[in-house]
Amino acid sequence: MGEITRYINPTVVAHIAFVLVVALTVVGALIAVLLKNIVYNVFGLATALVGIAGLFIFLGSEFLAVMEILIYVGAICIAIVFAIMLSQPMHLRIPPRWRPKVVFSLIVAAVVFVSFSVIITRTPWEAHLIRTHDWSIKRLGHLLLTNYELMFELISLVLLLAIVGSIITAAAVGGARHSGGPTGGKEEGGP
Amino acid sequence: MNSLLVYLFLSLFLFCIGMFGLLQRRSLIAMLISVELMLNAASLNFMAFNRFLAPDPAVGQIVVLFIMGIAAAEAAIALSIILALFRKIHSINIEQARELKG
Repeated sequence: MGEITRYINPTVVAHIAFVLVVALTVVGALIAVLLKNIVYNVFGLATALVGIAGLFIFLGSEFLAVMEILIYVGAICIAIVFAIMLSQPMHLRIPPRWRPKVVFSLIVAAVVFVSFSVIITRTPWEAHLIRTHDWSIKRLGHLLLTNYELMFELISLVLLLAIVGSIITAAAVGGARHSGGPTGGKEEGGP
Repeated sequence: MNSLLVYLFLSLFLFCIGMFGLLQRRSLIAMLISVELMLNAASLNFMAFNRFLAPDPAVGQIVVLFIMGIAAAEAAIALSIILALFRKIHSINIEQARELKG
């Protein structure tokens, strides 16, 4: 270990890793928004989310980095890929674009960026005087079951409602197929 | 380099490019991807304030967990709506969904 740290400065390695993670996030976000192909967009989103997980590690919370990869990359991106495969937007004809819309949205995003950066740079950020430094999962679990119990119950209720609601929404067409006649049933029951 | 302003500007960039994508893209799935980017910008902001300013570092982590739960629920609902809409009008283009107007 001493041999390694004699040749490689750990601070330099940390700086390089930070720049890599930031570059991963920025490039992933650009790919996720600017490219036309929807599959590339999902891969760009996954890249950006991995970068954000790395940033969470730099911010001191390994638990949230693991959760980010598990929930976002592992669940949400895969669900989006499933939706792409089920709806097949690649083969659809794209109608011509009304050009000023792009310009307007660019103007809105630029105005938001400039105004928020002015606010960020002009605010004197001061740390709280008394700060604890307990980042452990144990304290997180204690707080989730004591002070933030309501939040915990609320998020479980929201997730339950989301599951039930998405099943009902996706199955509503299947219910309409009985009233729509036998041809709809053939479409639904294809291999 | 590892300072508060770097994180704030990075999350501002993510938020603005997500907003640009939400306004400019017309595929519903691409708009959902942009919304995910904006939510991640918010959670990155929470974690940055949590690391550099906040008195108790556990609270920001709990808020970020809450945001992740909301994002998962939102993605599930949005994807099922997209699938139902695709079966209805055979397109996921937002400009062809105008027949939903009452």
